[in-house]
Amino acid sequence: MSLIHDSPLNIEQIERNFRDIAPALNEAEAVLESNRCIYCYDAPCTRACPTHIDVPSFIKKIASGNLLGSARVIFDANPIGATCARVCPVEVLCEGACVEKTLMDKPIEIGRLQRYATDFVMQNERGVLTAGTPNGKSVGIIGSGPAGLSCAAYLARLGYAITIYDKKPLPGGLDTYGMAEYKMSQIVSVDEARQIERLGVKFRLNTEIISNTKTEDRKPKTENQVSFEDLQSRHDAIFLAIGLGATNKLNIEGENLNGVIDALDFIERIKTRDWKSIPLGRIVAIIGAGNTAVDAVTQAKRLGAERVFMVYRKTAKEMPAYEYEYELAKKDGVEFVWQAAPIAILSGENGLSLRCEKTDGSNQVIEIACDMIIKAIGQQKQHSFLSQIPDVRLDEKGRIIVNTETMQTTNPRIFAGGDCVNGGREAVDAAQTGKLAAQGIHFNLMGEQVEFAGAKIPFIEKIHGEMPAITPAAFDEPAIPAEDLGVKSYG
Amino acid sequence: MADLSVNFAGIKSPNPFWLASAPPTNMGSMVERAFEAGWGGAVWKTLGEPIVNVCSRLASLDNGANRMIGLNNIELITDRPLDVNLKEIYECKKKYPNNAVIVSLMVESKREAWHEIVKKAQDTGADGFELNFGCPHGMSERGMGAAMGQVPEYTCMVTEWVKEVSNLPVIVKLTPNVTNIVPPGRAAAKGGADAVSLINTINSVMGVDIDSMIPYPNVNGMAAHGGYCGTAVKPIALNMVSELARDAEINIPISGIGGINTWRDAVEFLLLGASNVQVCTAVMHYGYRIIEDMIDGLNNYLDEKGFASVNDIVGLSVPRVTDWGALDLNYKTVARVNFENCIRCNLCHIACEDGAHQCIDFTEVNGLRYPIVDEQECVGCNLCYLVCPAPGAISMVRLDDGSNPTTWRDLTSRPPETMTGD
Ligand SMILES: Cc1cc2nc3c(=O)[nH]c(=O)nc-3n(C[C@H](O)[C@H](O)[C@H](O)COP(=O)(O)OP(=O)(O)OC[C@H]3O[C@@H](n4cnc5c(N)ncnc54)[C@H](O)[C@@H]3O)c2cc1C
Ligand SMILES: Cc1cc2nc3c(=O)[nH]c(=O)nc-3n(C[C@H](O)[C@H](O)[C@H](O)COP(=O)(O)O)c2cc1C
Ligand code: SF4
Ligand code: SF4
Ligand code: SF4
Repeated sequence: MSLIHDSPLNIEQIERNFRDIAPALNEAEAVLESNRCIYCYDAPCTRACPTHIDVPSFIKKIASGNLLGSARVIFDANPIGATCARVCPVEVLCEGACVEKTLMDKPIEIGRLQRYATDFVMQNERGVLTAGTPNGKSVGIIGSGPAGLSCAAYLARLGYAITIYDKKPLPGGLDTYGMAEYKMSQIVSVDEARQIERLGVKFRLNTEIISNTKTEDRKPKTENQVSFEDLQSRHDAIFLAIGLGATNKLNIEGENLNGVIDALDFIERIKTRDWKSIPLGRIVAIIGAGNTAVDAVTQAKRLGAERVFMVYRKTAKEMPAYEYEYELAKKDGVEFVWQAAPIAILSGENGLSLRCEKTDGSNQVIEIACDMIIKAIGQQKQHSFLSQIPDVRLDEKGRIIVNTETMQTTNPRIFAGGDCVNGGREAVDAAQTGKLAAQGIHFNLMGEQVEFAGAKIPFIEKIHGEMPAITPAAFDEPAIPAEDLGVKSYG
Repeated sequence: MADLSVNFAGIKSPNPFWLASAPPTNMGSMVERAFEAGWGGAVWKTLGEPIVNVCSRLASLDNGANRMIGLNNIELITDRPLDVNLKEIYECKKKYPNNAVIVSLMVESKREAWHEIVKKAQDTGADGFELNFGCPHGMSERGMGAAMGQVPEYTCMVTEWVKEVSNLPVIVKLTPNVTNIVPPGRAAAKGGADAVSLINTINSVMGVDIDSMIPYPNVNGMAAHGGYCGTAVKPIALNMVSELARDAEINIPISGIGGINTWRDAVEFLLLGASNVQVCTAVMHYGYRIIEDMIDGLNNYLDEKGFASVNDIVGLSVPRVTDWGALDLNYKTVARVNFENCIRCNLCHIACEDGAHQCIDFTEVNGLRYPIVDEQECVGCNLCYLVCPAPGAISMVRLDDGSNPTTWRDLTSRPPETMTGD
């Protein structure tokens, strides 16, 4: 087995490779960029942001030198605004809809401005949100990812006693364990969780919730395990924000060989930044072509793999990753093997061999010699956990069925949001579901309707049909707003 | 290539661009560098009795990331000895006989004082005088500068004193710190001035440091009002220049000053009646080198428009300036959105909604939402057109056929009954 356990690059080189891809703006840049925003009304960027942050408002506050107020606008609509500033696929969200993109293909750098404002309060530990007066109700949240954190922040603002349970040692879910290191390191999402902790939210980390307690061997055995029933008796309502599960299986021969690893595990190792301890092949093949696959392949290359291959059973056109992620992979020197379906993984003297059958009609069988294979073909649903929760129904794809306005499941005391409901999208989508769930829980427990910032798309009501008719001249490709682009899912 | 040379009240210069009396004309070596760069003339930093300047003396108005769209100063006249300046003026003029060198003067309001300095200064070979009746700070507290320019009788009197002994053309530099610029302009003409120049700087407090609560510029914890100039003052200067150009009693040339940055600005001053222009702040910001594009741009403009000489465009827009009462009330325009250029920022909507006449709503075209103007309601005020960031997205379209012009004067001079009804 030739799997190497040490990158050939020196630490400085690796650190350089993992530098922020969208670095912090300095003051001069922030002034210039914030002043470039034209302060649109009913702004397309705000519409395109899934949490509907009032983008022109926070940008103008940067321009006026009111950074505290700017950060408040952001966190008010998105409690994980510092994370989102770095990891959001802004090209297809806010920045994709920016009128300055339509005008001259130079959208305002909304993500980096958002980072500028949120960095200001995070670095100065200036709390911008305040906890509400205790209302005597308690809510248990399973999962400390973006959905769980967001819901917790809003409920704490309403005065609820909140406990977040997570089986991982650090809070943040995939924000902490899954984001490409060149987009964001763990410190940001963990700090953001601390900001929410300061609202009085309790975190019980290293604590797994067990739902299937009927069979003896699944009963909580250690103090690190808590049964779902237990949780139900402790809290007035429960919010499920458990995300997705492990990477899907290939179901082919050799899948369990040494050197074949799961993209999520690989990325989780990278997140430690303990560069020299991360197992890495000289030649690495990634199976899959979604955003996770791009994250894994670019990080393998940046860590020091000599050659990296991306193996996908369909064509480049059908690749599920975003266009700009594909561009990044190309820039990083990734080699692509299109229309090749893996049929077996073989081990030989010089390492591994990925055997594929061409799907271009030729049925030709090819072998890709490598010494590490990363599987990135989407995440499984947490079916075995969810199926045991009383009265919570799942759809045919294993997603929890909810009322999309209140995030209430078919069990009225249980709410759900994030990847386990939408099947896997972006952190910012998960944050929005947490906000909606907080409103839903509050209505359910207290009978009061609240509306947090960005709960709804701001909308100019009047659209007149019978205005003097002016026939528009021929359209040169009108700008497509991001919301019409269709949000692709992560996987 | 058009002929850019001008003869301004008898003062010849190779082009209409002069440096205004200010720091860029502080001394011989500077003026010489300016002439090398291409400036046609220079009005020397004002000479007078010895003064002492404060240290911190400039402050600026920024617009977002745009620095110094307005500048404010509390600098006084030259702080260099009179004989040194006079010697340098002499040498400079000898070295650059084709460039215009004008000596700016300001002394106390005494006939002898003015006589004395004029006599001294005209031995330098300079081409003319500019009387600084405009400085609005410091010098005015001592009864000079704007203190003279604000009282037409003084303006006339001092101009007469100077004319008694001067054998050079005399330009009177006016202060804009008056409610009506015409009386000081007429007073200068009456006193025998060969030309006027305007504007000098405008009274201003530039701002306050909101942490220390000390206004700018901070001079050891205190501040005084200063004189405002630069880009932001151009419209005020244009108005005052055109007011004098329109006045039948003022028939002397005008030197236009205030907020000139580019050849375009200069052309606007010329069209509104200035025969040449002077520049200060733009040079303080970017240096003498800006003259290159000023000359080049003006040349190209004149060639493209078919004018052989820059003098041919002087005053061409003056007949287009009139009083409100003479404007056509039947001229009707409306805004129209051109969807293919619209970027859907909705700024026109909110501007019209909250700042005008609530006539921009929305319509759907190909599934996208576009603003659309209710032409029945639109008063044609231009606001949406002005805020629109996308070139060509809004045009103001004329609806009347021009066949029936009516002015307020027409209406009010007719018998009352014709004004009733609709
Ligand atoms: C590799 C990868 C890269 C990504 N990159 C981006 C990106 O760049 N930008 C972006 O916007 N989105 C990205 N995403 C998507 C984004 O991470 C998810 O959409 C988002 O994290 C979903 O949030 P969540 O709160 O629903 O779940 P998660 O973030 O998955 O959080 C779920 C949490 O629940 C905990 N949990 C689960 N079950 C239990 C249990 N039984 N008991 C206790 N705790 C439990 C888990 O430990 C976890 O911490 C990426 C996803 C992946 C996989
Ligand atoms: C720092 C400074 C000093 C000035 N000093 C004088 C002066 O000594 N004499 C004078 O007539 N005008 C003086 N001015 C006014 C300028 O000559 C000019 O009239 C005014 O700045 C408007 O032109 P601008 O907008 O191009 O700057 C001064 C202006 C500034 C900024
Ligand atoms: S949260 Fe994400 S999508 Fe929303 S404005 Fe910020 S960067 Fe853009
Ligand atoms: S669309 Fe662009 S320019 Fe308009 S408000 Fe948003 S960021 Fe600013
Ligand atoms: S201001 Fe101009 S670009 Fe913006 S919506 Fe109106 S017409 Fe379109």
